[in-house]
Amino acid sequence: MSAAEARAPGPAEPVTAFRLRDVRQVRGVRTLLDGISLDLPRGGFTALIGPSGAGKTSLLRLLNRLDDPASGTVELFGRAVAEYRIRELRRRVGYVFQTPVMFAGTARDNLEAAHRLAKTEVPAVGDARIAALLELAGLDASYADRPAADLSGGEKHRVSIARALTTNPDVLLLDEPTAALDPEVADRLMHTLAQLRETTGITMVMVTHRLREARVAATYVVMLEAGRVVEAGEAATVMHDATHARTRAFLQAGEGDAA
Amino acid sequence: MHPFEISWLRLMAAAALVLIALALSLWQKLGLEKGLVVGAIRATVQLVAVGYVLVWLFDVDRWYLVLAVLAVMVIVATLTAARRQSKSSGDRRAIVPIAGVAILVGAGLTLAYVTTVVVHVSPWYNPRYLIPLFGMIVANSMNAAALALERLQSEMEARRGEVEAYLALGATPGQACAEATRRATVAAMIPAVNALAVVGVVSLPGMMTGQILAGADPALAVRYQLVVMFMLTAATAITAAITVQAYRRTFFTPAAQLKPRAPS
Repeated sequence: MSAAEARAPGPAEPVTAFRLRDVRQVRGVRTLLDGISLDLPRGGFTALIGPSGAGKTSLLRLLNRLDDPASGTVELFGRAVAEYRIRELRRRVGYVFQTPVMFAGTARDNLEAAHRLAKTEVPAVGDARIAALLELAGLDASYADRPAADLSGGEKHRVSIARALTTNPDVLLLDEPTAALDPEVADRLMHTLAQLRETTGITMVMVTHRLREARVAATYVVMLEAGRVVEAGEAATVMHDATHARTRAFLQAGEGDAA
Repeated sequence: MHPFEISWLRLMAAAALVLIALALSLWQKLGLEKGLVVGAIRATVQLVAVGYVLVWLFDVDRWYLVLAVLAVMVIVATLTAARRQSKSSGDRRAIVPIAGVAILVGAGLTLAYVTTVVVHVSPWYNPRYLIPLFGMIVANSMNAAALALERLQSEMEARRGEVEAYLALGATPGQACAEATRRATVAAMIPAVNALAVVGVVSLPGMMTGQILAGADPALAVRYQLVVMFMLTAATAITAAITVQAYRRTFFTPAAQLKPRAPS
């Protein structure tokens, strides 16, 4: 059985990865998320789009409990995220930060970090798996022994994606994975991610401000504005035939965006 | 062997030395006159007062009065260490209790060991030993706590990204901030480690100098000084470890989440 089949929902399994109901988030006196209800498809590639300050990152951080919502519920595979053991949840839901942080040492040290943190729960990653993970993230095996601090921004992003995959997660969350990259490198990375989802069946949720990326890789699109969902649906529908005027305006404004 | 007495008249002669600094300040318009005069008077009043308190304490010879003085020393040291800790995402209300416990345990354990195992103080509360020894220990614990608090705060602020990256990979809070706690502990212990290295070469400690001036055998003074150095090292280590390990917990929620920055 291939990895994709292993992760594809069986007949009795939920087709929804994340289910959010009436989620509110506040920071001080500011309301970041104002009553979000969403169902994000299992095995899909969801793009969270919307202007800056819409609450995209605030939403993403709830999905592996880097933050908890002020109110409302977040479920993963039919179970409240708060009911998972927190370290288990975070190993099953990988998170790639907008600004990649490399741990001390080589790329290999970074890919072995999850095992060092939980020796019994996360199996050691051998050379073959390190090479395979680097390749999945679009780097060749020679990168394993390069000092992580010396890598370029794009390479760090790729290593941090490979690192997030070392726990063999069911879900990968990505916060603006291409923000710091030039368009060509960004395109390659998006291609890599789309391929990764197709080969492994992993569920992906990505925050992006680049509409082209949403168009190329996403299967499901959520348009956020001012902490509310403006529109959510199949990528093809939302991107080409948005029902909401705000979404159409946002998409049209983005057309001039070379990226 | 009897030390040379310093009469009040001779003390006045010593005070005249401050006039040299005063003259320099007037001549160069340094504006330090007020600070010098007030400082000299304050130092005199404080030390003379402490002298009388010690004379009285030695005289009345009550264990609970000695403990009360030790408690006051811990409280003053705690408030001094906790003061001037700037904004952070850690729990600021926790700083005073954490510093208090760290200083109390670090200094208290060290004092108990030294007075029972090393010096054999008798009776156990003899203020002639307990108060000067505890004064030195508490001062070091205070510095260790202050350095640990300040450094951990700045490390946690600078390493937010790293800490969250570790948490997102399934780390415990302790694992996620291991580098920050390591650096804060080192920063708190460096002065004690350096003091061990340079003592006798660069610095002649005040306590040893004082004992020799007061007529003690230099060989005995040296041994006392070594006891002091070792006990200060222990007190620093215990206080630093407790401060860092307790304070780092205040940066996280029970669900292993890094708390947001304090609003500025």
